[in-house]
Amino acid sequence: MSSGTLLQRFEAGDIRALARIISFVENQEDGYRELLSRLYRKPRHAVRIGLTGPPGAGKSTLVDSASRKMLKAGNDVCVIAVDPSSPFTGGALLGDRVRFKEETQGGRHFFRSMASRGSSGGLSGATDNVALVLDSFGFDFVLIETVGVGQVELDIVNNCDLVAVVLVPESGDAVQTLKAGLTEIADIFVVNKADRSGADRIVTDLTSMLMLRSGQKTHPTVAKNPNIPVISTDAVHETNLDELVNYFDSLIADRKESGEFDVRRRRQVLRKVSRLLQHRFMTETLQRSSSKAEIDRAVDSILAGKDDPYSTADRLFSETNLAPQSC
Amino acid sequence: MAEKDTSNKKIRVLLAKPGLDGHDRGIKVIATALRDAGMEVIYTGLRQTPETIVNAAIEEDVDGIGVSILSGAHMTLFPAILAQLKKQGVDDIVLFGGGIVPNEDKEKLEKAGVKKVFTPGAPIVEIIDFVRNEVGRNRADEKIM
Repeated sequence: MSSGTLLQRFEAGDIRALARIISFVENQEDGYRELLSRLYRKPRHAVRIGLTGPPGAGKSTLVDSASRKMLKAGNDVCVIAVDPSSPFTGGALLGDRVRFKEETQGGRHFFRSMASRGSSGGLSGATDNVALVLDSFGFDFVLIETVGVGQVELDIVNNCDLVAVVLVPESGDAVQTLKAGLTEIADIFVVNKADRSGADRIVTDLTSMLMLRSGQKTHPTVAKNPNIPVISTDAVHETNLDELVNYFDSLIADRKESGEFDVRRRRQVLRKVSRLLQHRFMTETLQRSSSKAEIDRAVDSILAGKDDPYSTADRLFSETNLAPQSC
Repeated sequence: MAEKDTSNKKIRVLLAKPGLDGHDRGIKVIATALRDAGMEVIYTGLRQTPETIVNAAIEEDVDGIGVSILSGAHMTLFPAILAQLKKQGVDDIVLFGGGIVPNEDKEKLEKAGVKKVFTPGAPIVEIIDFVRNEVGRNRADEKIM
């Protein structure tokens, strides 16, 4: 039915080719780096919106309702939904699609489930590459849903232009909202399941936490006040969903205008390059400068009390040609 | 975010309940078993149409589709899914399933292109082995660039 290479079909808008290329990138098959190099050079325009929060907060239902609103407005919208891989078997049950309802009106829609595959930051290590693939395909929005998170799985902040933290009325008292981590990365707080009792209270707690934070100097990664909205929704009944989508639009517009949008993108690319460099350096240091036997001997010496990990690392580093030459 | 140089390919299977049959205990058992066997299982839930099942399988780029039918509508739903796969030009995703299916129907379905129909009493191990050995073998090897 189709001819040409996968990339040619991808460029012609073939959904099957898109799905194949995502697997290719996710599985890091031979040649994936070359493919990504090509895609990085293509024009792209998608906005990436992340949704994160504890398990069962209603992230999938929110993503589904919000994406259908965005589709109806004529946007091309895709979803990456991450669920956990077993650290024991490597298997995964990807169940976010259960909440997915087909939308026949409006723009193009695409949904892809991903397993976290060993990453512990709430996403899969390949999420940013898959988002790049979808962006290159021409989508207007990439919605990224994390695994159900606790307080410190924050990779989403390094992969998105905007982060929505989804909580529920049962998410805890005022002290919980003061804790570091998850509450620091929100560009917008969504209190979902707002039909339940306690929703007003957590909205108040979040609002006062944000007031305490306003005016303080924050780390550049921590979203700044003012202008972090707190909105209550009931995703199943689509209560306040239009408002949520409007907030997405206005927050993105604000950030583009203030320059923060570009600052964030810049930080993400810098982080990606340094990660790749780190990885490359680490593997090559280990491969090139020292045979496995040499490292084993070093470990033996440390265990025997004749050497220490710090000196060993220094020595291994100095044996690579990257170490500064002594004069 | 470690980027490895070797392939991380996993068997991906889509599990679905087509039609109006709401009995999902069985498919949940299978989903858990395949998960525990190290596979990535995309569970799409109840009341799926043949169109949504095949569309989901394409988007998720799965190796196989497993459907559970306990309603007696297997002679309608299996062929409808096969027809949908054909319509979309998909010839490398394995369709298999399970349910309360009489032997003569099972034979007809397997002749029509359902790779395997499991009936009540099928050992879980047999299903896992089937997926491991028969699903994902026929994926078209396409040139990327």
